[in-house]
Amino acid sequence: MQQYEAGNYDVIVVGAGHAGSEAALAAARMGSKTLLVTINLDMIAFMPCNPSIGGPAKGIVVREIDALGGEMGRNIDKTYIQMRMLNTAKGPAVRALRAQADKNMYSQEMKKSIEQTPNLDLKQAIVDELIVEDGKIEGVITNSGAIYRSQAVVLTAGTSSRGQIIIGELKYSSGPNNSQPSIKLSENLLELGFELDRFKTGTPPRINKNSINYAVTEEQPGDEEPHHFSFETPDSVYLKDQISCFLTYTSTNSHEIIRENLHRAPMFTGIVEGVGARYCPSIEDKVVRFSDKPRHQLFLEPEGRDTDEIYVQGLSSSLPEDVQLAVLRSVPGLEDAQMMRTGYAIEYDVVKPYQLRTSLETKLVKGLFTAGQMNGTSGYEEAGGQGLIAGMNAALSVQGKEPFIMKRSDSYIGVMIDDLVTKGTNEPYRLLTSRAEYRLLLRHDNADYRLSQMGHDLGLLSQERFEFFLDKKEQTAIELERLKNIRLKPTEEIQSFLESKNLPPLKDGIVAYDFLKRPQVKYDDVMEFVERKELSKEVKEQVEITIKYEGYINKAIRKADKVKRMENKRIPENIDYSAINGIATEAIEKLTRIQPETIAQASRISGVNPSDIAILMVYVEQGRIQKVAIEVE
Amino acid sequence: MSIEFDTIAAISTPPGEGGIGIVRISGDEALEIADKVYQLGNKKISEQVSHTIHYGNIVNPKTNTKIDEVMVTVMRAPKTYTREDIVEINTHGGVMATNKVLQTVLQFGGRLAEPGEFTKRAFLNGRIDLSQAEAVMDVIRAKTDKAMHMAVTQLDGNLSNLIKNLRQEILLTLAQVEVNIDYPEYDDVEEMTSKILVEKAKEVKEQVRQLLDTASQGKILREGLATAIIGRPNVGKSSLLNVLLKEEKAIVTEVAGTTRDVIEDYVSVKGVPLRLIDTAGIRDTEDIVEKIGVERSRKALADADLILLVFNQSEPLTEEDRKLIKVTEDHNRIIILNKMDLETQVDIPELEGLVDKESIIQTSIVTQAGLDELENKLADLFFSGQTGEKDATYVSNIRHIALLQDAETALEEVIDGIESGMPVDLVQIDMTRAWDYLGEITGDSVQDELITQLFSQFCLGK
Repeated sequence: MQQYEAGNYDVIVVGAGHAGSEAALAAARMGSKTLLVTINLDMIAFMPCNPSIGGPAKGIVVREIDALGGEMGRNIDKTYIQMRMLNTAKGPAVRALRAQADKNMYSQEMKKSIEQTPNLDLKQAIVDELIVEDGKIEGVITNSGAIYRSQAVVLTAGTSSRGQIIIGELKYSSGPNNSQPSIKLSENLLELGFELDRFKTGTPPRINKNSINYAVTEEQPGDEEPHHFSFETPDSVYLKDQISCFLTYTSTNSHEIIRENLHRAPMFTGIVEGVGARYCPSIEDKVVRFSDKPRHQLFLEPEGRDTDEIYVQGLSSSLPEDVQLAVLRSVPGLEDAQMMRTGYAIEYDVVKPYQLRTSLETKLVKGLFTAGQMNGTSGYEEAGGQGLIAGMNAALSVQGKEPFIMKRSDSYIGVMIDDLVTKGTNEPYRLLTSRAEYRLLLRHDNADYRLSQMGHDLGLLSQERFEFFLDKKEQTAIELERLKNIRLKPTEEIQSFLESKNLPPLKDGIVAYDFLKRPQVKYDDVMEFVERKELSKEVKEQVEITIKYEGYINKAIRKADKVKRMENKRIPENIDYSAINGIATEAIEKLTRIQPETIAQASRISGVNPSDIAILMVYVEQGRIQKVAIEVE
Repeated sequence: MSIEFDTIAAISTPPGEGGIGIVRISGDEALEIADKVYQLGNKKISEQVSHTIHYGNIVNPKTNTKIDEVMVTVMRAPKTYTREDIVEINTHGGVMATNKVLQTVLQFGGRLAEPGEFTKRAFLNGRIDLSQAEAVMDVIRAKTDKAMHMAVTQLDGNLSNLIKNLRQEILLTLAQVEVNIDYPEYDDVEEMTSKILVEKAKEVKEQVRQLLDTASQGKILREGLATAIIGRPNVGKSSLLNVLLKEEKAIVTEVAGTTRDVIEDYVSVKGVPLRLIDTAGIRDTEDIVEKIGVERSRKALADADLILLVFNQSEPLTEEDRKLIKVTEDHNRIIILNKMDLETQVDIPELEGLVDKESIIQTSIVTQAGLDELENKLADLFFSGQTGEKDATYVSNIRHIALLQDAETALEEVIDGIESGMPVDLVQIDMTRAWDYLGEITGDSVQDELITQLFSQFCLGK
């Protein structure tokens, strides 16, 4: 193949899925001349699995992406067909927004945003090789011989990396949804010395919406009350005409069919090598592992406004096609189902994430970043979050600036990246609220409070958005102060209100602020007794949460503060751990492999004991003292 | 061992010796904690000038019981040993009171310092120079390894199982709360209601409380029953001591106390560990009666879990003997009528009027008569005649006690939270804390445990 020089860029992003799109947009918006290459221009931000965005933890990641100036929140707000707030009966920390997306529109809108972004070129190409010189990335070479040079490269190849689709006895080389796989890039990574793992994920069959008997299913409509992902989408544009999902269940007959055909299931025949996720099991997995469950939930989710395809959530499978069809038709409501796409499992390569820094730059090749499913995660939101961070850091590295790193107490994105690079993962990693030790600080409602300043400082969040946030912040502060200075007297009105809420009457006057601390009392209730101010519902929400959960929030802040000093104790690069007297052998091995960046990170590595940390701290501290001494001389 | 720069506390004086014990608190919250437990009118430690000393009381603010009369030294960062805020509480109630003060401090905010941790902080905060670094490192390594070894060996199998079971119960509850949160549409799990959670919290808290109730007993098991042998000169105390310290029975143990290591004399009598306290004093001085008024002897009495009061039964009770009966009347005691090989002169009916008849034993060190009876008595006294208690689970390590107290407080907060109407996922934070604290005792606190539990317990996924 004759090669040719095809152009010079600051940053090249390889792959335009959910990670790649965010990465390219972030780099370009931060002023880097950016190239985004993808195998198929018609599959930008494509949803090869469920047509939805958000949910617990994941929905908060979308808000975080939005608060930092990323695209996912805006894009889903433009293209949703249903919106629901989950966990509304629970506390504020676990509320989560989820949208059903119009899958095609989602992809098209993302493509449009990319095309309209200055500094950003979009091309269809397959990258076969990375150009690496002296341990530093210099560019990429495509299968058609084009050489693109750059100072930073972000790889977001996802399940395309030597992807193999498996349906029963059938196995073939393919990217997601029968797209072309990327083969040579994986081989190139191995040649460069990267360690790869093999993971597995899967998707259920799609059926025609006109072949469903809805009478026996349960309708699940969207919310009436408006909510959006992006902090900039106004309630006024909330979609009235939403499309419902429907709930049905597998039958004992379905389970019988699966059991009878287990000998043909790849997971039992040994065709599958990759490790699947516990939280994303196939239906055959569920039937085997939870054999006493008489039925499993199935959600029928529309894939868009202009398509008849329905995604059957809960029926992910790699059983042979005929078995999938038989199982589908054993489900109440799906007796006449027409299967439009067959479910499949897909195996793919992942870069073992211990090879990454918390900036998502690889330790092996300077200027090379990886993000998304390629780093062992699962989910569009997880991919988007990483893509954003990798894109930012690629741009920052080109500018010669320090990387942008989030702490576990900053965001779910920070939790995820720390988990990946510190603990690694032996299955596709999904964010759960229980992975966050500071869940109460990482809320859906306060993502802008946590991250707007960072997004603004990075040059990603627009000035307009930042000012909008500052205004909200100020109004919240003023209202909090006001409520601290209003005293409520035990009037008849208040007492009868308290009685109606089954609360004890006031004995004495009380400041409005403290009155609102009662879990049963809402902000709007308090406004019955004090002068009402015109505030947005977001400001009211902040005021209420801040007051009501103050005790718990402070507890969480204290917990986070305790670790902060450890977070700020940085460990120099390339420490020869074996030369440190007294660290246990297992710890030496782990520390050498992971090369933690801070003492806090080191302390989270399993197998590294507190005594190892104590000695490491002494060593690090000693290094500092030595340096100071030299400077004095 | 926690590696956070949180506030730590420990006894910083060697035990036993001297009438004063110092509890040192170091860290950002040192003054705040001191405020909670210090009482003298409206005086607040946090409002005092640095490097000053203040008289007052240590009071458990929860129960409002006075622990000890103390002097409190306030030293603000950075001019302190650790370069952090330091509060030192000078107790003068001996080992027991010092321990109690420490436990109170730990209950209201501090964490028990690991061996060498004050020094480590001093170093890490730049207080110690480079030349000392190597030495510090050695100290940390030696002490930490030993502490870890101790922590493991001291964790009795029963206790470990009990705590593991408690954790498992909490874990099942947590998993149910979590699954409701992360999979709100998953229908196969009962919604974890406040009612269930509060019941579970109460149940676990009750068990933690029971463990704490055994703590003082456990301490005796580990540290030995502090035993003082007293009596007039020449009644046979030394001989009794020597008999008890028979070569084959004597165990010289290096006891890791809460803060430092000392060597004390240990004997095991029928499985009852006796720690012969202030033995040096008893050996040296024969005129203990004269010394009763002396601080040191009073302290020996105050510290004793058990008094062996020795009389010479071949002589009538003297005034001194009667005085000794009087000053020990509030103690667990065994009255030993020694020299039974000689003619009895003591008025036994009179004596039985003064002391519990059951506590009297006649012995002869010379003929070895009555010694078995003495040993049986000791064992009976300790095990309260209930043989079953030998298998009971004891919490003995002060670190474990502190962690159990933390767990108990966290569980109380769960209950308070629910009772004031907080949502389940918030009070769950305190439930998780209780689980973490218990995990620190057994050394299991792997975050992924919960996630593993989630996916093995429930059938989740798309």
